[in-house]
Amino acid sequence: MTKKKFKVVNTSVEKIDSLSLSLGKPMYVSDMMPENALHVKMLWSPHAHAIIESVDISETEKMPGVHCVLYYGNVPRIVHCTAGQGYPEPSPYDTFMFDKKVRFVGDRVAAVAAETVEQAQAALKTIKVKYKLLEAVLDIDSALKKNAPIIHDEKEAYIPIPVPYEPEKNIVAIVGMESGDFKKGLKNADYTFDQVFETPYAQHCPIENYVSLAQLDDYERIVIRTSTQVPFHCRRIVARTLDIPVQKLRVIKPRIGGGFGAKQEVLLEDIVAMVTLRTGKPAFWEFTREETFRTGRTRHPIRFRMRYGVNKSGSIEALGMDAINNTGAYGGHGLTVMSCCGSKVFPLYHVDNIHFDAKAVYTNLPVGGAYRGFGATQAFFAVESMMDIMAEKIGMDPLKFRTMNHIQSGEGHPAFAALGEGKPGTPMTIGSCSLKKCVELGAKEIDWSSRTSHKKKSGRIRRGIGMATLMQGSSVAEIDMGACSMKMNEDGSFNLNCGATDLGTGSDTIMAQIAAEELCTTADKFIVYSSDTDMTPFDVGAYASSTTYLSGEATRKTAAKIKEQILKVAAEMLDKDVKDLDIKDAEVSVRDGSGKVSYSDISNYSLYENNQFQIAATESHVTKKSPPPFSAHFVEIEVDTETGNIKVLKYVAAVDCGTAINPILCEGQTEGGVLNGISYALTEEYRFDKKGKMTNPSLKDYNIFSLRDKPVLKTILVPSYEETGPFGAKSVSEICINGAMPAIANALYNATGKRIRTAPFTQERVWKVLNSK
Amino acid sequence: MNKKLINLVVNGEEKEFSILPNEKLLEVLRREGYKGTKFGCGEGSCGSCTILLEGKPVYSCTMFAFQAAGKKIETIEGVGTAKNPHVIQRALIDQGAVQCGFCMPGIILSAKSMFEENSDPDEEYIRTHMDGNLCRCTGYEKILTALENVAAVNK
Repeated sequence: MTKKKFKVVNTSVEKIDSLSLSLGKPMYVSDMMPENALHVKMLWSPHAHAIIESVDISETEKMPGVHCVLYYGNVPRIVHCTAGQGYPEPSPYDTFMFDKKVRFVGDRVAAVAAETVEQAQAALKTIKVKYKLLEAVLDIDSALKKNAPIIHDEKEAYIPIPVPYEPEKNIVAIVGMESGDFKKGLKNADYTFDQVFETPYAQHCPIENYVSLAQLDDYERIVIRTSTQVPFHCRRIVARTLDIPVQKLRVIKPRIGGGFGAKQEVLLEDIVAMVTLRTGKPAFWEFTREETFRTGRTRHPIRFRMRYGVNKSGSIEALGMDAINNTGAYGGHGLTVMSCCGSKVFPLYHVDNIHFDAKAVYTNLPVGGAYRGFGATQAFFAVESMMDIMAEKIGMDPLKFRTMNHIQSGEGHPAFAALGEGKPGTPMTIGSCSLKKCVELGAKEIDWSSRTSHKKKSGRIRRGIGMATLMQGSSVAEIDMGACSMKMNEDGSFNLNCGATDLGTGSDTIMAQIAAEELCTTADKFIVYSSDTDMTPFDVGAYASSTTYLSGEATRKTAAKIKEQILKVAAEMLDKDVKDLDIKDAEVSVRDGSGKVSYSDISNYSLYENNQFQIAATESHVTKKSPPPFSAHFVEIEVDTETGNIKVLKYVAAVDCGTAINPILCEGQTEGGVLNGISYALTEEYRFDKKGKMTNPSLKDYNIFSLRDKPVLKTILVPSYEETGPFGAKSVSEICINGAMPAIANALYNATGKRIRTAPFTQERVWKVLNSK
Repeated sequence: MNKKLINLVVNGEEKEFSILPNEKLLEVLRREGYKGTKFGCGEGSCGSCTILLEGKPVYSCTMFAFQAAGKKIETIEGVGTAKNPHVIQRALIDQGAVQCGFCMPGIILSAKSMFEENSDPDEEYIRTHMDGNLCRCTGYEKILTALENVAAVNK
């Protein structure tokens, strides 16, 4: 339970930018484009796998308005990875600004920068490219075949950390763990299971596409304004790719129109920076929606073979997961997504005997990347489906089966220590955990006790109820770092500069609330400025559910340092010892009532009067743990058994995110993630032709949910207090996307007695499952 | 191609824009400084480019600029001010419905036309009217609640 009474934290303070955004102020990258900016357009590969024998740009350079043409022949060939991760990245360096080979439909061939978009498009048509087609690898089984075409045969490809990387076998990463004796566990179990589950490609579909703008400042430095989740990683990766010093670059993230993981990737910034470097002119590049689908990053599709052993009593004796991840043409995030399939999933339930063997493989298909949930989303479909399958076999209520097995406060799990980011993870015992309460409250809200067996259901339209329990992490322990700088102004306001990256999540507001709570003032006293590599301290960026827990604690520590300085100055002003002072409501008073000074008095004194100095501090934070938030999801659906159509009637998400720093924003995170999870489960689908080209790269044909499609969504915030987080907080942003796919699959079984193991659950696929024997 | 002049009224002000015959209204509005009108898909799917044409919501990304000649247009810049936001803007802010905010101008304009058509819409009416504006952040829950709150005040 919440331990402490808060004044600012745990209240729904108005999101700092919400008024300006709702007034339509020009706050996004594309709104900042200067009139003289060059427009970038890219010639994309029409082939899934080909050698570029030649590129002829002689006509192109003469086209009207064209200032710059880039292709492999005139740019540095520097191997790098586009995944925005800590350095050295746990991802292969397998990418060049331009290469002589194309590896998927939508790979870069050549770029044009011209005065207008139309001129750039016209110029693209004059580029003459000769391709030598290669056999394309269009699924994971073909990728792993002996003598399969090698997708990354370039000699430069390597991974900068000591882990297996075998591009000659199309293997991006191998991850695994063994704990206890898996085979013995299976042998001792009353029942064993061996089933396969498959999760699909998906795109994040932020309403703002990928977009970047570069321009020179007055000192010839390149300033990149970009829609990114990782400004500092972006600066480092662009500096490497262009072979220029980090000092020459400034990366600014203005407001951005959604990320969800898509923008944890450096996909445009190297090109706009290169054009500006070459021409001295501003360069602007915004993806079309089609480009976001084809070339933007996706959720890795994964195939899971799940083996379990369970006893009649309900104890899980063995858990085996063999997983193959399709990373597409480049390998970014392949290793870490596979690691998270285990580390963010296995610890949820007690089981001593674990076998985990995961591979990530290259194919000539669109490229996987970070996507909210990051492996846990895919793995929970398999694991939570299996939990229901096992419960059914032993004749136990799936809710009871979960609650008797799930992890609790004070308990550890071998997966925490075994699975890290290309190295062992960090051992951890669970601190806060209100999962039991989540299950209890969620079950009540969905009326779980009214649930009946599918055997009692008949007729064309059938209803079913399903559930899933979930966990995630909060930051990457002992790897991720966030920092904050703060200074005090004359009127008792503060500048709060942090590297933390607000994607629309509200993290700027969260930082102000945390600082205000620590400094005994109100959130509106903070001028928050974030994500500018010149002006703010470092932060890894917005990923791995880290911002509130990691950057929030950096902010709290900074505020605590400021508080010490405020007390010291006040003690001097009041001629008292610090121990005799109270701090409250932006004021320091002597405990015996003999005097007081306001924050404004204190700041003025320190700036102008005596022993002058700037009250200011910078603190950094690295976490020792990655405490999981927990959640219980429940769904009621209606299935039309003749058409296969699934309609979600009601969805309940009860979530333990520790202290909700801003409850309304926590609910918003949950509802957004849940609905994204529902459309991922039901309608979102990448369809391909036989040559590996996506055939539905538009919002019309890809089908994300609209307001009409939204079921009743009910969020229940269930408090706990995480001792290691700022004011008891854990993360909330990712966990909420993990539940819909398994919960709906379980509800479908409850409605019809049929089990679906391949997503998305489109009408056609459901109809086929319902009509299978 | 030859440029043409068109006259129209934007947010109550008479304007003259120089346009190309094949230019979309979205491109022209953004060039003329109405940056609150957003590009999300260019195919009339996402609604982030929504403006009001003679009071009715239209996708400015699929409409030619010349089609707006002589018409009255309303963009987000004409709705509310920092000191005095529109009741719809206030309701969305109060509900925490503004996350990344990119879809908000379109949503606010669609909602404005809805309330002008029907001051007290029920949930079904709101769902139908607002179906053309996609949001990926909120799951629409807070947006729906905010608009229901506006309707309740209008009762």
